[in-house]
Amino acid sequence: MDSALTLQHFLYVSGALFAIGLAGVLIRRNIIVIFMCLEMMLSAANLSLVAFSRYGAESGLPDYDAQVMLFFIITVAAAEVAVGLAIIVALFRTKETTDVTQIDEMKF
Amino acid sequence: MIFFFYLFAALAVIGGLGVVVYKNPVTSAFSLIVSFLGLAALFIQLDAYLVGILQILVYAGAIMVLFIFIIMLLDIDREENKRFSGENIFGGALVGIGFLALVTVVLLKSGVGFEQALPELTELGGKGNSDVHHIGRLLFSKYWFPIQMVGVLLLVATVGVVVLSRKQLK
Repeated sequence: MDSALTLQHFLYVSGALFAIGLAGVLIRRNIIVIFMCLEMMLSAANLSLVAFSRYGAESGLPDYDAQVMLFFIITVAAAEVAVGLAIIVALFRTKETTDVTQIDEMKF
Repeated sequence: MIFFFYLFAALAVIGGLGVVVYKNPVTSAFSLIVSFLGLAALFIQLDAYLVGILQILVYAGAIMVLFIFIIMLLDIDREENKRFSGENIFGGALVGIGFLALVTVVLLKSGVGFEQALPELTELGGKGNSDVHHIGRLLFSKYWFPIQMVGVLLLVATVGVVVLSRKQLK
């Protein structure tokens, strides 16, 4: 317990969250839960961005360009969720289902 | 310090597992909120206070409320047991574990110095020197154009949502 925090710790958590999200996208059949797993993968990527920003600290300050980028990512994610959920609602209106196995018109 | 790291990392990962494991979408959504709270704590542990607070406000607050609102609006039932076929779970778990193994191998073998301790932040703190100050100064100087574009993006997204979700006029 005496070892200090390293970049590795955070990258493992980030990788684990991304892997869980990826597995969730493949396993789940409900389109809303798939969308939630996508959000989780996005946040996992954010964690490694912040970890690298903190690791690349120069002259006693973290790399704030990365955190500004994260600000933009969170904004774009919010817009993405709004549009994605609107698409899901429109889909539910025409198909009456959120099960992705029932939505296969574009399947090759 | 490292105890809190493990605590919140466990919170984030267990919350993430809950999203995949629970069949009820509302339970999944609440697990995701727990995961985001753990993640926000990790951000704060990385001295990214503004980003941690944004994670709670935007993700756990706004985005997840939207998710739960839509789940309840559409009145989605639990997924049936038969929909989780064995090969599905096997394939998903295989890809997930494979990705995690890849991350582990990269972190162990890269030799880039991922195992070094995080550098000290000697300059941070004090009046007029918080991370909010630094990020705000960057946003309105170096990144003035991207922030304008993000404003346009939000406007487009708002209009797009209104167009997408209105009833089709025959």
